[in-house]
Amino acid sequence: MRPASESELSEIILGAQALHIQGGGTRSVGHAVGEVLDTSGLSGIELYEPGALTLVARSGTPLAEIEALLASERQRLAFEVPDMRALLGRQGVSTIGGVVASNASGPRRVQVGACRDALLGVRFVDGRGDVIKNGGRVMKNVTGYDLVKLMAGSKGALGVLSEISFKVQAMPEASVALVAERDVPQGLADLRAALGSPYDISGAAWAQGRAMIRLEGMAGSVAYRAGKLQDLLGFKQAEADWAAIRDVTAFAARHGAVWKLSVKPTEAAALIHRLELEAICDWGGGLVWLLDPAGTADVRAAVAGFGHATLMRTIPGMIQPTFQPEAPAVASLTAGLREKFDPRGVFNPGMMG
Amino acid sequence: MDMPIPNAAIVARKSAIVTRLRSVLPADAVISDPAETRAYECDALTAYRCAPMVAVLPRTTAEVAAILKICHEEQVPVVPRGSGTSLAGGALPTADCVILGVARMNAVLETDYDNRFIRVQSGRTNLSVTGAIESDGWFYAPDPSSQLACAIAGNIAMNSGGAHCLKYGVTTNNLLGVTLVQMDGTVIEIGGPWLDAPGIDLLGVICGAEGQLGVVTEATLRILPKPEGARPVLVGFNSNEVAGTCVSDIIKAGILPVAIEFMDRPCIRATEAFAKAGYPDCEALLIIEVEGSPPEIAEQLARIKAIALRHNPVEFREAADEDQAKRIWLGRKSAFGAMGKINDYMCLDGTIPVSSLPYVLRRIGEMSAAYGLDVGNVFHAGDGNMHPLILYDANKPGDLALCEAFGADILKLCVEVGGCLTGEHGVGIEKRDLMSVQFNPVDLEAQLRVKDVFDPAWLLNPAKVFPLDITAARRAG
Repeated sequence: MRPASESELSEIILGAQALHIQGGGTRSVGHAVGEVLDTSGLSGIELYEPGALTLVARSGTPLAEIEALLASERQRLAFEVPDMRALLGRQGVSTIGGVVASNASGPRRVQVGACRDALLGVRFVDGRGDVIKNGGRVMKNVTGYDLVKLMAGSKGALGVLSEISFKVQAMPEASVALVAERDVPQGLADLRAALGSPYDISGAAWAQGRAMIRLEGMAGSVAYRAGKLQDLLGFKQAEADWAAIRDVTAFAARHGAVWKLSVKPTEAAALIHRLELEAICDWGGGLVWLLDPAGTADVRAAVAGFGHATLMRTIPGMIQPTFQPEAPAVASLTAGLREKFDPRGVFNPGMMG
Repeated sequence: MDMPIPNAAIVARKSAIVTRLRSVLPADAVISDPAETRAYECDALTAYRCAPMVAVLPRTTAEVAAILKICHEEQVPVVPRGSGTSLAGGALPTADCVILGVARMNAVLETDYDNRFIRVQSGRTNLSVTGAIESDGWFYAPDPSSQLACAIAGNIAMNSGGAHCLKYGVTTNNLLGVTLVQMDGTVIEIGGPWLDAPGIDLLGVICGAEGQLGVVTEATLRILPKPEGARPVLVGFNSNEVAGTCVSDIIKAGILPVAIEFMDRPCIRATEAFAKAGYPDCEALLIIEVEGSPPEIAEQLARIKAIALRHNPVEFREAADEDQAKRIWLGRKSAFGAMGKINDYMCLDGTIPVSSLPYVLRRIGEMSAAYGLDVGNVFHAGDGNMHPLILYDANKPGDLALCEAFGADILKLCVEVGGCLTGEHGVGIEKRDLMSVQFNPVDLEAQLRVKDVFDPAWLLNPAKVFPLDITAARRAG
């Protein structure tokens, strides 16, 4: 199933029993069943205004095509899209719709927000076959309910995205990394101190015994802020591989289940210590990736009360829901929304439980 | 502007409903005397007034839950109210409703600099959130012009912005979690001091839903370390078009000022007569503010100056010190007061693509002549958020209706060029009947379905946001 228009998409949905929505299939988590609905036919950049920092693209447009066009004007998607292919053992071409449906955001999230925060508008087709527009292409918009946020990260549970509008960002003229050898507790404490300084950092990560800070902007400003942070924390200017943090590269070739935890940053170090698992930290400790070789760690219990955990990569024999179970009253709202937008349960059945 | 006919059966049960509310609330928290309920008859959209049946002023989430449970059982509409500063009529009562005011819920519950958040009760005013943390060098970024008075509850309901959201985003980008009381009294926690939703992003749709999905009683907000300093420059141009191009060029050059404000000639003249800020008499004026340490400010301003000078400004004024900086902002900050001095005014906030700025300003000028009503434009140019101020005379019969018709035409124009009806004030009752200009029936139905899930009986702020005819069946139950 490969629709080329919203009306074809609508027809396919109305005629289907169960659909497994797929962009490039590069960031699939969980176990969706049903016939594959391939969105790559809904491709193309419809509008790009560099002077207004606005880009509109159909959902099946390859991410690389968008990034290349933006780069030609020295612009980019601010939220730094992770490439999960190596980690998840996937091939294929990442699409912008898949990025949005998974709210995929990299290290710069601490400074500019997530994918959701860069979205200006969406068009999507719901389970009733209705073609729905929400938001638009302007920077500020509070006209009616914000279904754009509802769709971001909804993993296809409410509808199939057909078109997305973004706010984009100018590339900085300078970028510098500051690095220091640190254990987890001290490293994360330093990163939180950097985030709590006025020096506007765009990356705060810890991996393999090194804490890393990134500064971006005009050359003079970056140099000034780097100097201040070096004085404050004793970090040194050095090379740092932010793509490896973003893509969790260190766990890609390793055996084991991989958990993605979103937590209150001050809890991260103790949590890693308690679980005795290898970790990569981003967002100043707000994001923790854990490698669980045996697949037996009780991550969900460990995170209860200060965050949530997603099982990004599983190993045979593991019996764990992919997503953190919600409190009953919240789960009933989620179920209610799914029932309204997808009354026949066509979209990605089984994936979100 | 029509409002639904009050339900006589509910009004007839007033004393029984008041008795039930008094049984769960302190005596001073239930206001039912018509002389006192009049205090809640309107918000900042003062052209429309209607006293509520009852007003309640709870102090805790538990009290809010008890109120909503009773109202749910009695099937009484509830209109949540923060500080009542809505310009869109978001807190306008109906005669059969309970106004639920959160103004007494103003405590700071938790301040955590290490994790960069503050948790407050939702009735706390926007500016006093920053007030609680600024001596430690922190601030809460969204800054609506009404920030001295407006409550976080209303900011969340309307997804409020402000002059500095070009850099820091609006409320939804700075909101981490809420305690929400549902219409049946169920209390739920959504989000918290961590990022992202585990499943569907309910927080994202609650923010900006104008109090129609639940009553927010507590909020976890992102706080930021204060920048080392800030400095504005003023640039005057002889054409709106050139000023618009200059804005676009600055943005395209990768410079991110915290604010780019735009004033047109009618607005410059009015504020100059009122505030005497010493603005040049020109067609268009930009105030551009940047932040950082002194060398960072100098670096950014040098770039901005180079770009601005390419467009032959009639004036480029830098602020040498704090006093001069204040004078640059003086006129802009007095703009609304200055226009109000001339006449009554209606303030709109339609948003347009920045590239359409010159065309839209020209069309507004033509419409102004056709309607015979003056209009001044002062707005957030960096993000295309217009604020046309239409002057009218409230004492002149028919002038308000004429002004509303002019306003509707401006908003239709915003939609026509690819923009939207409201960038930061919300729909309320003011733009309710224009929703079908921006959305088709299918788009609107999708939004109504969200409310069906959160508030199946349509009791929360029911007569707002959507045209009354499309919600009539739902509101009738």
